[in-house]
Amino acid sequence: MDSNIALTMRGICMTFPGVKALDNVDFTLRKGEIRALMGENGAGKSTLIKCLTGVNQFEAGEIHVDGIEGPIVNKDTMDAQNKGISTVYQEVNLCPNLSVAENLYIGREPLTKIKTVDRRKMNQMAAQLMKELNLDIEVTQNLENYSLALQQMIAIARAVDMKSKVLILDEPTSSLDDKEVEMLFKMMRSLRAQGVGIVFVTHFLEQVYEVCDGITVLRNGTLVGEYTVEELPRVKLVAAMMGKDFDDLASIKPEGSMNVEDAPLEIEAKGLSHAGKIKPFDLDIHKGEVVGLTGLLGSGRSELARTIYGADRAQTGTLKVDGKEVKIKNPIDAMNLGMGLLPDDRKAEGIIGDLSVRENIILAMQAKAGIFKRIPMAKQIEIADQYIEMLSIKTATRETLIKQLSGGNQQKAILARWLATDPSFLILDEPTRGIDIGTKTEIQKLVIKLAQEGKSLIFISSEIEEMLRTCNRMAVLRDGSKVGEISADEMSQEGVMKAIAGGGASE
Amino acid sequence: MSKLKSLTKKQLFLPIFSMILVMLINVIYDMACGNAPLSFFQIGIKNGFLYGRLIDVLNRGSEVAILAIGMTLVVSSSAGTDISVGSVMSLSGGFCCMLLAGYGVARANSYALPLWVGLLGGILIACVCGLFNGFLVAYLNIQPMVATLILWSAGRAIGLLLCNSQIVYVRVPSFQILGAYVGFLPTPILIAAFCIVIAALILRFTALGTFIQSVGINKKAARISGFNSARIILITYMICGLCAGIAGLTATSRIYSADTNNIGLNMELDAILSVALGGNSLGGGKFNLSGSIIGAYTIQAITTTMYALGISSAQAPVFKAMVVILIVVLQAEPVKDYFRKMTAKKAAKEAKAA
Repeated sequence: MDSNIALTMRGICMTFPGVKALDNVDFTLRKGEIRALMGENGAGKSTLIKCLTGVNQFEAGEIHVDGIEGPIVNKDTMDAQNKGISTVYQEVNLCPNLSVAENLYIGREPLTKIKTVDRRKMNQMAAQLMKELNLDIEVTQNLENYSLALQQMIAIARAVDMKSKVLILDEPTSSLDDKEVEMLFKMMRSLRAQGVGIVFVTHFLEQVYEVCDGITVLRNGTLVGEYTVEELPRVKLVAAMMGKDFDDLASIKPEGSMNVEDAPLEIEAKGLSHAGKIKPFDLDIHKGEVVGLTGLLGSGRSELARTIYGADRAQTGTLKVDGKEVKIKNPIDAMNLGMGLLPDDRKAEGIIGDLSVRENIILAMQAKAGIFKRIPMAKQIEIADQYIEMLSIKTATRETLIKQLSGGNQQKAILARWLATDPSFLILDEPTRGIDIGTKTEIQKLVIKLAQEGKSLIFISSEIEEMLRTCNRMAVLRDGSKVGEISADEMSQEGVMKAIAGGGASE
Repeated sequence: MSKLKSLTKKQLFLPIFSMILVMLINVIYDMACGNAPLSFFQIGIKNGFLYGRLIDVLNRGSEVAILAIGMTLVVSSSAGTDISVGSVMSLSGGFCCMLLAGYGVARANSYALPLWVGLLGGILIACVCGLFNGFLVAYLNIQPMVATLILWSAGRAIGLLLCNSQIVYVRVPSFQILGAYVGFLPTPILIAAFCIVIAALILRFTALGTFIQSVGINKKAARISGFNSARIILITYMICGLCAGIAGLTATSRIYSADTNNIGLNMELDAILSVALGGNSLGGGKFNLSGSIIGAYTIQAITTTMYALGISSAQAPVFKAMVVILIVVLQAEPVKDYFRKMTAKKAAKEAKAA
């Protein structure tokens, strides 16, 4: 094996019941290289990584790792870690109720002479590690006290500390804001300088070009090609991923953007708040209007929407829906008023993993109908099939458990759950996170179509471009309070960035 | 072959297989003893009543089967077990007998209150117990085992207090009907069948099953999708209490007395085991009620078999434990995986040979 190469995979094949997930896939990673692994949902990125880390057992092929003679087979992730392959997943897989230090050293705790855990030493080592990585974290605090973004950094720190030769980052940036992404990239670059090979899975194209050296593209379980970044400019990359030339995400917004100012109000919030999460805010939303909520991660975007929806009960203020004052105590009250909420944390608040795609799709409808009015099976099947086709949800059958679907397809199924209730006001919190470009465009088009039908929407996204394309108006949040609005005329990448950062007269 | 394969993949395969295994032991034993090989299945009529070992299993297994219904729902919705059901059975029986005999009366030959008041009282107090458990679990977020531990220890004691610390006999024929016979059929079989049918109908024609499973699998997501998770958990505990009440009254009527120290003793464990034997995860979420019911009768079949084999009641638990271990091991995922791999290897070998 070439001494410059950290990892090679040759001819990897893997079948799931009914699907050839990987067909003769090759993958090469050099030392000190950051290589993007790209592909649409269901292209086989996650499966390839799971084969590498021993989560899935591949059927044919070989894996070679630098420093180990002969092909290796990992029985499980622990085995893979021992061979120098570490993974950080999109969803943080740490124990929220343990301290940061415990999480960092779980399974490899420093021991005292009498073989008990040396907590003092462990905390010291953890603090040292956090300092090296410039993270401002108290290591004796429980992990759950930190934001998702910081938890992710801790997960990476853990992987890094295990002297990995190969570090796999599976969608690490999807829950990070720009500043945190920059921090992560800094960390990645310094690891690259130390000779670690990094596999970077992401849906953000800009990030690929910002940090990566090489790109490997998969499509439908087969290898499209291995390229250097220079060889594959953006448009070509998208074409390679989709297998066709791609008409850029140009203006999907119809010309002469509709005038919604004169439409009656759907939502009138006055002074709504939830202690510790969102300070009192006012927000009006017209019928047929898409209002974007923007701000840094943790600025209160999700919390504002959740307070309207009753996921966090409003403690002050009044809410009028369609002109009538209402009290919302629980999500079901909001649903009965025609609302829906697609939550940002798909795994924790979206999917019911052990239920089938069909059951997940009809779930909200059934909740609205109540316990006693069971939706007849024929109707359930009809609705499920209709949305599986409409949103092209990739699933073996409608009875497949939703947890077996790829992340993007899970998201589509949850979206279907809400569309099935025919809401008049829909809140979409990061609906396109972790979703490939083709689907992203479809969802954006759908948002605009819904608005044209007279429905009101709140659209929350970390991608400003996407918001510019879909929203009629934007509300800006900072540190848990709504600080202003941006009208359609003022909406531009720069304008929004400024508003988020809090530029202007105040600074 | 492929048919057999698809059969073994069904969730109910192992519970049914276990049941058949227990029956097979009976057949082998009978053959070894020189009895008719199928005497286990022989059903006859003796003194105008149905009679036979199978009938005995169905009859004696009624209480556990009824408890298994409630336990299945509780396990599914809250990923925990209600360990108070045995005590609640005893409390319900005790309260009913106290109402019927009058407080402090140890031996009653006539009712102090109408029979229906007693029965309703017994059922109601059990439902209240269920609501209490459910409130602790659903609204105060207390772990199910800890929450139900309260009534596990207190329920039986309250029953004893209500009965003035004595065994209350209600020697009125109409009270014995629940534990005796209707025509030639043992009433407990009918009661259990009734409960099972009602539960099956409710699960078939309402969305309760979907509600419970959704809450059990992902409470937060269920809430966002419009389910009142806490209320659903409360409902499952109340149903579990109701089941315990029905089982308690049946057990009390069998011996036409409120023997609060012994009614339902350790029965919570059988109920939990039924759920597990039925192939249901004790971690909550998806459930299969028929599995639990089969599990309940399997447990009773094991017990009855022990007695038929002449094992003393002191030794029986040891043998019962051995059978349970066997069944549980057969159902464990790693063991299933092992068998799957073995069959795959065998198939590959055969393919090579061909």
